[in-house]
Amino acid sequence: MSVMIDVTNAQKTFTMHLQSGIELPVVRGVNFQVDAGECVVLSGPSGAGKSSILKMIFANYRCGGGRVDIRHQGTLIDIATAEPRQILNVRRSTIGYVSQFLRAVPRVATIDVVAEPLIANGVTRAEANDRAGRALHRLNIAERFWQLPPATFSGGEQQRVNIARGFISDLPILLLDEPTASLDAANRAVVVGLIAGTKRKGTAIVAIVHDDEVRRQIADRIIDVTGFTAAA
Amino acid sequence: MANQNLRENDEPLLIADDLSKSFGKIIACQDVSFKLYPGEILAIVGESGSGKSTLLQILSGQQSSGQGRVSYRMRDGVTRDLSTLGEAERRFLFRTDWGYVHQDPAQGLRMAVSAGANVGERLMAVGWNHYGRIRAAASSWLERVEIDVARIDDTPRTYSGGMRQRLQIARNLVTQPRLVFMDEPTGGLDVSVQARLLDVLRNLVRELHLAVVIVTHDLAVARLLSDRLLVMKGGQVIETGLTDQVLDDPAEHYTQLLVSSILSP
Amino acid sequence: MSSPAYNFAYLDEQTKRMVRRALLKAIAIPGYQVPFASREMPMPYGWGTGGVQVTAAIIGPADVLKVIDQGSDDTTNAVSIRKFFVKTAGVAATTATEDATIIQTRHRIPERALGEHQVLVYQVPIPEPLRFLEPRETETRRMHALAEYGLMHVKLYEDIAKFGHIATAYDYPVKVNDRYVMDPSPTPKFDNPKMDNCAAIQLFGAGTEKRIYAIPPYTKVVSLDFEDHPFVPYRFNAPCELCGSEDSYLDEIVTDDKGGRMFVCSDSDYCEGRQAAGHTGSLISAPYKERAARG
Repeated sequence: MSVMIDVTNAQKTFTMHLQSGIELPVVRGVNFQVDAGECVVLSGPSGAGKSSILKMIFANYRCGGGRVDIRHQGTLIDIATAEPRQILNVRRSTIGYVSQFLRAVPRVATIDVVAEPLIANGVTRAEANDRAGRALHRLNIAERFWQLPPATFSGGEQQRVNIARGFISDLPILLLDEPTASLDAANRAVVVGLIAGTKRKGTAIVAIVHDDEVRRQIADRIIDVTGFTAAA
Repeated sequence: MANQNLRENDEPLLIADDLSKSFGKIIACQDVSFKLYPGEILAIVGESGSGKSTLLQILSGQQSSGQGRVSYRMRDGVTRDLSTLGEAERRFLFRTDWGYVHQDPAQGLRMAVSAGANVGERLMAVGWNHYGRIRAAASSWLERVEIDVARIDDTPRTYSGGMRQRLQIARNLVTQPRLVFMDEPTGGLDVSVQARLLDVLRNLVRELHLAVVIVTHDLAVARLLSDRLLVMKGGQVIETGLTDQVLDDPAEHYTQLLVSSILSP
Repeated sequence: MSSPAYNFAYLDEQTKRMVRRALLKAIAIPGYQVPFASREMPMPYGWGTGGVQVTAAIIGPADVLKVIDQGSDDTTNAVSIRKFFVKTAGVAATTATEDATIIQTRHRIPERALGEHQVLVYQVPIPEPLRFLEPRETETRRMHALAEYGLMHVKLYEDIAKFGHIATAYDYPVKVNDRYVMDPSPTPKFDNPKMDNCAAIQLFGAGTEKRIYAIPPYTKVVSLDFEDHPFVPYRFNAPCELCGSEDSYLDEIVTDDKGGRMFVCSDSDYCEGRQAAGHTGSLISAPYKERAARG
């Protein structure tokens, strides 16, 4: 098993300049590894820093210290210190991230939102659309909605579009932030199935899931982040 | 081919080295350095008067910098200091390998000539001498920026603000530049018009693998279009990084203020 | 008021030298617009003050002068300029093209081919061919300096887009000696080919705009065009009704208020010469269908 994510002594502190510069420690001494084909679920109460860790792995948040090594095209890259364009490369071909909320461009059709990661990786428009259509189908988004921008959709529908987009390109690492939060039982089951399928393909997954049932179904390992929580 | 592309993308296209400029006591920009790679979109944000427009003018060779250097990798692969280019070379660069999108389309368009001629001008300037082919190229570009081809013979005076801005973009992109400068391209447009423009821009920039330096005070525009962000205040770059990183995890006092001041991110 | 009020050819010698210097420079750089200190002339701007200053600077007592306006020797402008030089320089005047050593013209080039012994002086209202699209003088000068002439084709493009063909019928831009784009003054484009490889010296004077430019003898002059819309000289497709000429440039003369009109040679000397040689036209004013002589 190759290590896909190797977090070493990572830490995160927010400095709130607008509140007279108070320091807001979030996590420190974060240490864990994730192997290919493994699904690690981060647990802990709200505010424990689960999302922050996920965002540090995606380089959406900067690390205050430590390393976050990512296996990108065969070599480990410390994403905490990588150049912006390296990070963009890593995101394009190694790390997928399904956030809690879909951030879509106004006016862009749902099918294009989903197909976009494929096109960015050089897949032809026809094939990308075909695969995007199948993904949307699987997540029960009716075809008549595909040409509409997702901004008009309900929360659950948007979340499913987001998931379709996140899973479409079979990247080696997938970060999931509450992927099932606003889904009904049937769609939760679809997502659990998707995760299982991706794992079989060797994807390393780090997820935040509040639903105990889902967690039981997908987790190979549960990491309690309260051990990393920095006391304020 | 692919290998060559990789090598191409591995070398910076535009290099800013220690740029400084002041107008008397006023510092317009100070010690600005960065590298822009092919296909990369860099947004310069900051409030009015922070020096972003001056910086854009210096980068695009329209103003000299008091100090420092701007270098560009020409189409022949040689990176050259822009200040050593002759005027003819610089102007040629400006209308072939570069684009410049003004905030006010009237500044970037010829308002008295037809849309087709506005788009075709750059082609004629590089020696295109076949009316039919020029017109075909202009038509296809109008389509790409979502302007009805039936309007090809109308002057931009008869166009709406959003159409004018899209026309300006077509006019700039027709020679397939590798680098485009944009100065508040969505400024002064309605929100719905902005959305369409941004969508068109976003697609073109990706399809054409364009490098872009875009000046904007609108962080939403920066988030939508750019890969990287340069936050300026008082002529200095106070924070830089991946766009979503800077916006979601701003480190500096001013950046935090900027981000927290947005109504809808 | 005892001594003659004017120097030979009206202008003082210093001014003539200044104009000649500009002329020499203009001939050295074919098609390039040379600024000169245009003087007030005893005629209004727009009446050919530029051409008159050029003529005054080059004319000598032995010269024979012909002046035409729209091809004709006997229109007001031509008559007054001819009289002006006869009076101030005492030179001989002629209406015969082949006899003249200097021909000052407004808007035409004579039909008869010019020779090496002749100088053609054009009166120019607006010398800048790029002015139509670029109002800034600083910018147009830079464009000339760098030979950035894409804009010139924009004008032709607009013509084709609007009219289906290049509708510019006069003031048709040319490229001189493969370098400078030049405005040939408002001559009909029918005359453009005559400028190419012409044996005579061609001098252009713009009084209001204070510019002089020139085409030396036997210089390449090419009318701008597109590959798929080549330059076509235009003339009414009719013979001259006075002399029957099939290849001269024609004026259209309205003869009544019922649509009657006739076509006659614009070059009055050429027409009279042909008539004297026995050529005759129909003389009947039959309405001709106007169409472009294409191809």
